[in-house]
Amino acid sequence: MPRVQFEKIVKSFGRVTVLKNLNLEIEDGEFVVLLGPSGCGKTTLLNLLAGLLDVSSGRIQIGERDVTDLDPKDRGLAMVFQSYALYPTKTVRGNLKFGMAAARLAREEQERRIAWAAKLLQIEALLDRKPAQLSGGQRQRVAIGRALVKQVGVFLFDEPLSNLDAKLRTETRIEIKRLHDETRSTIVYVTHDQVEAMTMATRIAIMDAGVIQQFDTPDAVYEKPANIFVAGFIGAPAMNIFPATVRMASGGASAVLSGVNATVDLSRYAFTTTPRDGDSIQVGLRPEHFGALNAANGGGAAQFRLPVQYTEKTGADATAYFKTDTGLLAVSIPPERIGALRQGEVATLSFPHDKVHAFDSASGMRL
Amino acid sequence: MSSIAEAPLGTVGATDEPVAFPAKKKRIRGSSIAILVFLTICALFFCVPLYVVVVTSLKSMDQIRQGDIMSLPWSLDFSAWWQAWDKSCSGTLCQGVKVGFLNSIEILIPSLVLSIGLSIVTGYALALWNVKWANAFLFILFMCAFVPFQIIMVPLILITGFLHVYGTIWGIAIVHAVLAMPILTLIFRNYYKGIPQEIMSAAMMDSGSFWRIFWEIILPMSGNIMIVVLILQITSIWNDFLIGLTYGGIGTQPMTVILANVVITALGEANYNVDMAAALLTAFPPLIIYFVLGRFFVQGITAGAIKG
Repeated sequence: MPRVQFEKIVKSFGRVTVLKNLNLEIEDGEFVVLLGPSGCGKTTLLNLLAGLLDVSSGRIQIGERDVTDLDPKDRGLAMVFQSYALYPTKTVRGNLKFGMAAARLAREEQERRIAWAAKLLQIEALLDRKPAQLSGGQRQRVAIGRALVKQVGVFLFDEPLSNLDAKLRTETRIEIKRLHDETRSTIVYVTHDQVEAMTMATRIAIMDAGVIQQFDTPDAVYEKPANIFVAGFIGAPAMNIFPATVRMASGGASAVLSGVNATVDLSRYAFTTTPRDGDSIQVGLRPEHFGALNAANGGGAAQFRLPVQYTEKTGADATAYFKTDTGLLAVSIPPERIGALRQGEVATLSFPHDKVHAFDSASGMRL
Repeated sequence: MSSIAEAPLGTVGATDEPVAFPAKKKRIRGSSIAILVFLTICALFFCVPLYVVVVTSLKSMDQIRQGDIMSLPWSLDFSAWWQAWDKSCSGTLCQGVKVGFLNSIEILIPSLVLSIGLSIVTGYALALWNVKWANAFLFILFMCAFVPFQIIMVPLILITGFLHVYGTIWGIAIVHAVLAMPILTLIFRNYYKGIPQEIMSAAMMDSGSFWRIFWEIILPMSGNIMIVVLILQITSIWNDFLIGLTYGGIGTQPMTVILANVVITALGEANYNVDMAAALLTAFPPLIIYFVLGRFFVQGITAGAIKG
């Protein structure tokens, strides 16, 4: 199973440069998710790897081979498309067969692989049907099967779950993860859904504006976001980010938040670069880390006294929004307690020391 | 024809259930009378000449000489049809329009294959592959569609002569293919533009071969548009007169040219019944094609639907 390497990739469409000098190394057998908002270049990057688009400059390596100038079929890849892209006039069997026949595989080998993939994906009963006679979930399985039978080292997925309903999406997510565990192939998976990314990936490449903002494990991008973009993009509800000013005192650093009447104690914060007094920074506080004020946590890093603006409940999760001077502060609340909150009621919240995130205002980088 | 057939049907359908929709019955009647009258007039406009042609072909010359063109034949007499088919004279050759019929079939098949084959592959390449200057090429092709045939008629004679196909079936087929290419290419190209990009991407990753993708993926998806193009081409090739007259030699003239000769060359009196029968015989094949394939024609035009 090969590794995949992008080297100084530039891609322009006319005058618009989508990817500027992008470098990425994907290790053998990894499940890498390219995650980002629409238009960040993640699908472009996948299409470049697939060979469906040509790079403007830069090299792409798969294993030891430089595939930059190879045709899609010669790159040793298989791809699953968002709209499934099954051949409508061919049966399921014909769909699976087409790529293998084009590669001039022996007939017995083709049959063996079809049987293997059909069993793995539980589509044996569907082999003689046409795509129009399949449900969305079944079509998705066939599309995955069509990629699997090629038995290549690298599989590409382009938002394969976005056309499925919520229940099927969860099932198929688990299915794809299981396939990865069984085949140990390298997978590059594009999505804008952070739940898919967090649950399936061994590493996530978070992209914005054609640049990889952070490339790390799901835990790392959540716990140590490299910059403000990653901090705001990962997590739902999104992280609360406040502009703040650094105050250095004998006890250590603290940040005076603007927009909300609070000071965050940064004396226990593990700075990579220590700020100076008066520096302008951004402080990020995740909604799920707020707690009630009590003696056990010693008040935490910061305390807030804010009125409730409104609350929302989505089954297992509940979020309360508190009014600040400039907007709203989102706080995750246990759903059984959210009913007790009344609009306008002032609540006291505390925030723990070890969950504070601080970023440089100018560069947006983590401090 | 189909519009008048539908109009009374629509009225019948609406008044069919007076119990369920008693209030609606009256309103639809009132407004449909005007439509019905209008459609009837339209239908008569096309049907009366057809009626005259049909009844004349079944009359004897004695009855025709009486001059009442609207009257029904005294007795059903198919001898004019037989004579038109087998014995009528085109120039000095008196073997009927059947000669032309066979010639037309011989012209039709290579013309169809050549014109559709040429434009389907061009349309496929222009729509789904990265062809340099594709848009410029399309533009020029489209401009060519507006050049009147008469302007390039003589140059084409020289070209077909140079290729040693002038006066042969293949000469006619090549001219048909060239003249039909702009519009057919445009039709195929627009149809293939409607094929989802991802299907083409999948095929590129699976095979990447221009012809394999064409034969195995794209051609099987072309059923609807193929019917449309077939009807268009069969009708226009069969009904063509000028190309057949200009590029056909003795023995390769299509039915339309033979028909014209039959009508023109008559010694003594004009045999109107034979002329009419010959005209009807010539007009039949496209009509039959239209009746057989007609319902697919509408499907093909309206359906851009290639759902996966």
